Amino acid sequence: MSGTRRQAYGARRRAPYAFLAPAAVLFLLFFALPIGYAIWLSLHRIEVQGLGLGSGARSEVWAGLANYADALSDSELLASAGRVLGYGLIVIPVMLGLALLFALLLDAERVRGRRFGRLVIFLPYAVPGVIAGMLWGFLYLPSVSPLHYLLDRFGLPAPDLLAGGPLYVAMANIAVWGGTGFNMIVIYTSLRAIPAEIYEAARLDGCSQAQIALRIKIPMVAPALVLTFFFSVIATLQVFNEPTTLRPLTNSIPTTWSPMMKVYQDAFRGGDIHAAAATAVVIAVITLALSFGFLRVANSRNRQEEAGR
Amino acid sequence: MKLHRTLVTCLATTLSAAALAGCGGSDDGDSSGSGPVDLSYWAWAPGMEAVVDLWNEANPEIQVTVREQAAGDDLVTRTITAAQAGEAPDLVQAEYQAIPTLVSNDVLADISGELGDEVAEAFAPGVWQQVTLGGEAVYAVPQDSGPMMFYYRQDLFEEFGLEVPTTWDEFADTARALREADPNRYLTTFSANDAGLFAGLAQEAGAQWWTTEGDTWRVAIDDEATRRVADFWGGLVAEDVISNEPMYTPAWNQALNDGSQIAWVSAVWAPGTLTTAAPDTEGLWAMAPLPQWNAGDNATGSWGGSTTAVTNDSEHRAAAVEFATWLNTDPEALAALVTEGGVYPAATAAQTGDALAEPPAYFANQPDFYALAAEIATGTAPAAWGPNVNVAYATFNDAFGQAAESRGDFAAALTTMQQATVEDMESHGFQVAR
Repeated sequence: MSGTRRQAYGARRRAPYAFLAPAAVLFLLFFALPIGYAIWLSLHRIEVQGLGLGSGARSEVWAGLANYADALSDSELLASAGRVLGYGLIVIPVMLGLALLFALLLDAERVRGRRFGRLVIFLPYAVPGVIAGMLWGFLYLPSVSPLHYLLDRFGLPAPDLLAGGPLYVAMANIAVWGGTGFNMIVIYTSLRAIPAEIYEAARLDGCSQAQIALRIKIPMVAPALVLTFFFSVIATLQVFNEPTTLRPLTNSIPTTWSPMMKVYQDAFRGGDIHAAAATAVVIAVITLALSFGFLRVANSRNRQEEAGR
Repeated sequence: MKLHRTLVTCLATTLSAAALAGCGGSDDGDSSGSGPVDLSYWAWAPGMEAVVDLWNEANPEIQVTVREQAAGDDLVTRTITAAQAGEAPDLVQAEYQAIPTLVSNDVLADISGELGDEVAEAFAPGVWQQVTLGGEAVYAVPQDSGPMMFYYRQDLFEEFGLEVPTTWDEFADTARALREADPNRYLTTFSANDAGLFAGLAQEAGAQWWTTEGDTWRVAIDDEATRRVADFWGGLVAEDVISNEPMYTPAWNQALNDGSQIAWVSAVWAPGTLTTAAPDTEGLWAMAPLPQWNAGDNATGSWGGSTTAVTNDSEHRAAAVEFATWLNTDPEALAALVTEGGVYPAATAAQTGDALAEPPAYFANQPDFYALAAEIATGTAPAAWGPNVNVAYATFNDAFGQAAESRGDFAAALTTMQQATVEDMESHGFQVAR
């Protein structure tokens, strides 16, 4: 009797682990292991003997933190971070601003074609980044662009969208075009979850539609805004597809335009997987620090507000 | 490991020799039970499968399978990665400039032992030197080559009263004359998105970017010859007599197609590119030798061209070498490569052979296209590649892209290219002469 109870107790104790096992195994195999390997790679380097030709000319040796020192002192990496910062300063406010605006418009009373509007705004998100980059690239190239053709017809000056300052706007435009729909859906879903009584109460108090949007809707969807901001920061830090597709069209996008392009360049064109691993680890750490730092600030503010209520 | 490899090679040699001797028309000679040898071949040349089919039909004992994995530099990366995992294919298509990189990563086998002595004779010395890296070893069999030439719109040259330039000075004058005659047109462009073009132009001027002395590398990317080329093109870009727009963009296609650009410094494979880039101007182009630095010379550089190499992972090295030799020296194979893939064979005999009697369709107006090409090819300057061409090329893209965009200092961009290349080599432990 007591034996079976003990057995049952043991099974119950083991059960959670059994349920966790698949996830844990997958996590270890496809997450922890590759990260561990990347860190291991980043601590090594290739050393060449003699002319470096033939078998045995290359060996992998311990490098300590030398790859990290190189990555952190690399002016190219810093420059690429600067470029992405400038790009992010355009993309994130514009994209989230538009997403919020569209969500509020769709959520407003007496809006017709709500389903259609939602679909049309969301659709660009379904276009892969590479395709979007090509599509917009064609529109940016003066000699094949209908935009430039029209400007030319009306005798207006046509800007070179693939160089200098306008390049950032052109690049940001692709991200805004592609990302607004997704963020809008997140915010819109959160708007639909607001109980109708609150609106009724607000209307009884004499609130206009605009006031409801500003005073009730936006504060109520703040968590969704935090979430979309969080996603956008991560996506911006990892921008790769659009600049890579636009690069062959212009002299103005170097192969190391964004930090991710730098990693790709080092690993697959320069053949230096060790330096690339170190840079990737640095980017991952910075991304983690930024995202969790932001989440912490956002959460503590939420808590303060709740305490204040 | 090494012993094991040698053993396998010997075994493979013996087996395939036995198979060759034994088969002689019937299959029953093969009683060892090992069956036919299967070789995998990573290549990107168009129509390669059709050529390989010819081999497979004639050689039931050695069956080759073509896999189109990737092209050019991407394939190099992929092959190196596969070799690290011990999974490299038996044969791989590799561009000349990638050979030192592949050898340095211990991917390519030294096939001098398996290769017949007569094979070297089939190629021009400047071509052969690129597969031996100047030593005793042989790392690949040359397949196609890309001697550089000058392509121009015959009709527009006539319309604007321009002479075909024979020297670079004349080339500059032609560019200026055209700008004066029609400010909406450029002679051509300086593009920073393909370092191969610049490397070829530097070879014509006599550059030897990587050379060795004992165990030391010497990098001479910013030598006098290359500097001359860089300054020349930089000057034309700064003067705005040639364009600075990159090649291979929709805008570039349009410029070639509508005559905004009326010439292209390119290589023997240009007809293929022009067919797709400028379809409306078929029959209006003509080809001439590359302009010279010294009047009366017959020098040219190489842009593109590739080889067939055997990897260290191959368990059938002798069979693979046999196939590579057939593919690149046998008249039937070469003729098929020309007709199926439109490649310009590296084997000298084939350059004047029957397969190249007709000009490419796009150049039907120039019946002696290939005869002229073969003549130009005799002046191909030797190329000297090093173990980090990829790094030098990537730096070229960025540094010269910036210089072209700002119409700025090409010499400074060249210095950047030299420094980045040397620094990369030194950081990996190569001995580089300063």
